[in-house]
Amino acid sequence: MNLQISSRLAVFALLELAARPDRQVSVAEIGEKYGISSHHLAKVMRALSRAGLVRSVRGAGGGYQFSGNPRRTTLFDVIGLFENPGPANARAGMAERTAAARALRELLGEIDDIARATLGSVTIATMLKLVERQRAPGRRTAAAGP
Amino acid sequence: MDLSSPTTAGAQAMTVRRVRAGDIADVIALDERVTGLAKPDYWHDVFARYGERRLDERFFLVAEPAGANGRPSILGFIIGEVRAWEFGSAPCGWVFALSVEPRARLHGVGRALFEAISAEFAKAGVGKMRTMVARDNRLHLMFFRSEGMMAGPYIQLEKELD
Repeated sequence: MNLQISSRLAVFALLELAARPDRQVSVAEIGEKYGISSHHLAKVMRALSRAGLVRSVRGAGGGYQFSGNPRRTTLFDVIGLFENPGPANARAGMAERTAAARALRELLGEIDDIARATLGSVTIATMLKLVERQRAPGRRTAAAGP
Repeated sequence: MDLSSPTTAGAQAMTVRRVRAGDIADVIALDERVTGLAKPDYWHDVFARYGERRLDERFFLVAEPAGANGRPSILGFIIGEVRAWEFGSAPCGWVFALSVEPRARLHGVGRALFEAISAEFAKAGVGKMRTMVARDNRLHLMFFRSEGMMAGPYIQLEKELD
């Protein structure tokens, strides 16, 4: 399963903010860590702000703070702001015309159901624990960052 | 064997211990409040199997308020056992029931029960624990994931019998 780049950036940004709830984190700081443009990230942050998950802090040293509930905000909530984590092969309003198409849709639906259940069960708080597990000694790969 | 180690999690001080016969009425009542279904025969059978037999590998634990006088209501329960070689799995601990009084949630009861049964599984000599959760049971899925559980190697399949 692949996520759109905006969804990935949104998850990364929220993890950065939720890990430091008492701090303000700038777009530049997040962009530098993940190697992404401030322009692209700013669009993502605006969407997160409209959803009430982050709030911007103006003034010198301003940035963003996490304003959601880390134990209730799930990856499905976040990803759903940028893409539809639903059936990949669904064609809105069009019924599958053949038995083979319906059988395939049913099977792919199993995968979609599992994906939705997985994304809907992992909160930001749980993701932070998973991040820490990845940082544990011996878990680092060549591509992993801090 | 009682675990009887008071824990304090959030605002709720509690004791996690083995179930006793006198708890079953509270278990039945809690389960009915949560599920909407009264299953007294089922729970009496579960107590007979998991509360009284093979206690070195079967664990029916309840959480009760610490220092309660008289007959306290239980805050929640968790049930599991060590199973070996079913579905080709090496021995591991399986949790098949977990319930917390709705009014007592978000105060660490579930975590205390989970940690208690994890410790029992470890003492029994297994290095892995598993459970199975309905895809639409978001509450339990979120809880078990928050306790570090990840998807396992099995896929549950089913078929209607005509």
